[in-house]
Amino acid sequence: MPDEVQATLRHPVGVPRDGSLPRRAALLGAAATALTAPAVFGQPTTNIRCGFWDHWVPAGNDALRRLCAQWGERNRATVGVDFITSVGNQNLLTIAAQAQSRSGHDILSFPTWEPAAHARMLVNVDDVMGRLVAKYGAVTPAAEYLGKQDGRWVAIPAVSGTQMKPACVRMDLMQQHADIDIRAMWPAENRAGPGADTWNWETFAVAAEKCNRAGFAFGLPMGSFTDAVDWVGALFASYGANVMDERGGITVRGNAKLRAAVEMCVRIARQLPNDVWAWDDASNNRALISGRSALVFNPPSAWVSARRDQPAVGAQCWTVPVPSGPEGRFVGYLPYFWGIWNFSRVQGPAKELLEFLSDRASAEAQTSTSAGYDIPPFLSMNDFPVWANEGPPVGTVFNYPLKAHHNARTSVAFAPAPPAMAVQAYNQALNTKLIARIAQANETVDQALGWLERELNTIRRGG
Amino acid sequence: MPDSMTAAVSAPRGPESGAGGGLRRLARRRSTIAFLMTLPLICVIVGLVAYPAAYAVYLSMLNRRMDEFAGLLQFEILVDNETFWLVVWQSCLFAISAVLAKALIGFWLAHMLHHIPAKGQRKWRGMLLIPWVIPPALSTLGWWWMYDPTYSSLNWILNIFAVPAVPWLGEPWWARFSVILVNVWYGAPFFMIMYLAALKSVPEQLYEAAAIDGATSWQRLRHITLPMMQNIISITVLFSLIVTFANYDIVRVLTNGGPRDLTHVFATYAFQVGILSGNIPRGAAVSLFMLPALAVFAYFILRGVNRRNREMA
Repeated sequence: MPDEVQATLRHPVGVPRDGSLPRRAALLGAAATALTAPAVFGQPTTNIRCGFWDHWVPAGNDALRRLCAQWGERNRATVGVDFITSVGNQNLLTIAAQAQSRSGHDILSFPTWEPAAHARMLVNVDDVMGRLVAKYGAVTPAAEYLGKQDGRWVAIPAVSGTQMKPACVRMDLMQQHADIDIRAMWPAENRAGPGADTWNWETFAVAAEKCNRAGFAFGLPMGSFTDAVDWVGALFASYGANVMDERGGITVRGNAKLRAAVEMCVRIARQLPNDVWAWDDASNNRALISGRSALVFNPPSAWVSARRDQPAVGAQCWTVPVPSGPEGRFVGYLPYFWGIWNFSRVQGPAKELLEFLSDRASAEAQTSTSAGYDIPPFLSMNDFPVWANEGPPVGTVFNYPLKAHHNARTSVAFAPAPPAMAVQAYNQALNTKLIARIAQANETVDQALGWLERELNTIRRGG
Repeated sequence: MPDSMTAAVSAPRGPESGAGGGLRRLARRRSTIAFLMTLPLICVIVGLVAYPAAYAVYLSMLNRRMDEFAGLLQFEILVDNETFWLVVWQSCLFAISAVLAKALIGFWLAHMLHHIPAKGQRKWRGMLLIPWVIPPALSTLGWWWMYDPTYSSLNWILNIFAVPAVPWLGEPWWARFSVILVNVWYGAPFFMIMYLAALKSVPEQLYEAAAIDGATSWQRLRHITLPMMQNIISITVLFSLIVTFANYDIVRVLTNGGPRDLTHVFATYAFQVGILSGNIPRGAAVSLFMLPALAVFAYFILRGVNRRNREMA
């Protein structure tokens, strides 16, 4: 008998497992079970409504749909799956509406900051995470920062939709104009190549200057969208440049690390196209695909599009880790989470479904279907064959997930500030605006830092 | 009073007296019928206007976690914030300059159309209305492609004439201009059609009398056309100002408020603060800030319209 079925028999569907449930919710759940108990044998007895993120990769939804159906069949449950797009922030509006009305899906995909924002309305999933961690080892720290609030897991780091933003480099242009053999430096093997130890922001800035002079400026957005905020956040993290501490204290004044990070970022920004201040999350992809840019920070979607639309460009793309700084190497991380609303009447089965979707086989199915785009939260799962086999060139995304030899950590811009405050700084893109004030508006570093401090104070006021 | 009504009022109480009779009498009252007929409208106004507005006021008085009453704290914080005052200034710049441009262009187009023979006029009217009938989110996407930082078709044309590329959305003043231009393109046909209707209602005899008196075309415009159109101009400007102040999609699609928050307007800033940043009370406070300004503006315009109506009567 499959494990999932045994688990279902031990904990009948419809009965919440979580002992901390309010009495009323528990009674409602029990009542629902009592009502559904006499169902004809073999017929579904539980309905779980899931709202998952509508994947960018066209086939990306198929894996989740298939896995949900498979779990439903095994557990005599009907799993309804809706895919909610993030275009136009439709998913954020759905989350806000369901939180206000206390009705909607049982399971929902929550983007980066949403689990923290709705922590009090999400079911504690410590038990599920405990079992998954025992099985697969540690979760990447950035996922823990976002998904674990006040010492409890409020949502499960999802596989589907979770992305990282390493560098996608044009091998030929980098070799020709910056004299860097990026493929030799970061081969598709579990080892670093010659010169990997020199892959830092200083080398990067010099390469940016050379490529810009040659007419192939790096395609790094500096607007208010996530790609821009994430790469600047990763650079800041690698300099140890925090603008807020864990308790929400502002650490801008007299912060030498922050000043060093700002100066490096301004130096790089001056080598970018003059319109990067208006770029969105697709502009950098277009810069790469059109052959105008030698480097972008992006998940493999940019390379996948290049492979389809400009095969000659796609064949020259190679994904490598983000350059390192004085405090280490950090890569921008943008995860999704699966959370269960506390008004759901099927909390127990919902937990079982999410545990099933998070196991290694399910994670591999999701990652493979999305051509390697989806990153599992467990570091032990960063060895799926899909990343080694995708191409051309074969192995181009081998270094997309974190590998031990990268000596890298995931980063979320504005961490370690409390998520309730970090989310505001993140969505208002305070880090890219700080750089824009200096590089575009010609303010001094002190003036720009003064502005940043005032903005952070505004965020801090009123919680 | 009509006969039937008199009969109904003076009819003696018959066997229908009691609860059923009372209901029938209630239904026969004119005030009851009037109330019942307006009930759907009242429901719509309460459900879609009054309740959301009251709920927004309630939300704006909560703390960020929405679990405590915070009074006017969110408004105090906004008043102290320089980005917010930037948004106020930009919203005024955006709305006033766009409405002014729409009114002038609409007026000019209406005059041009008015003097085209009826047969040809229909075609031009239809063509000029196209920007207004296309869903703005869709047409703004078209404009965004034209402004695209890297592949702007406008820049492509400029380059043909050896004019350097313009950072339409990347440089603050160009970005503001671009956003206003799209709003004017979208909204000018509305002014045109309203002014055209007003022009058609001006009695031709007034112009004939003025021509006999030797009035110039400027004098005819100044002393006949404009006074006759004053009410429609006021109402159109008021309506457009409200809609333009609350505009969201154009800025959201074109610039997302950037660069450096220099194109944000109330609606986009409220969305960024409220929904994207998870601070719904502060977002509600931002969106409520434009209410008093618009209310004062509406009061003065409508007072002027009423005064002129009284004078004409």
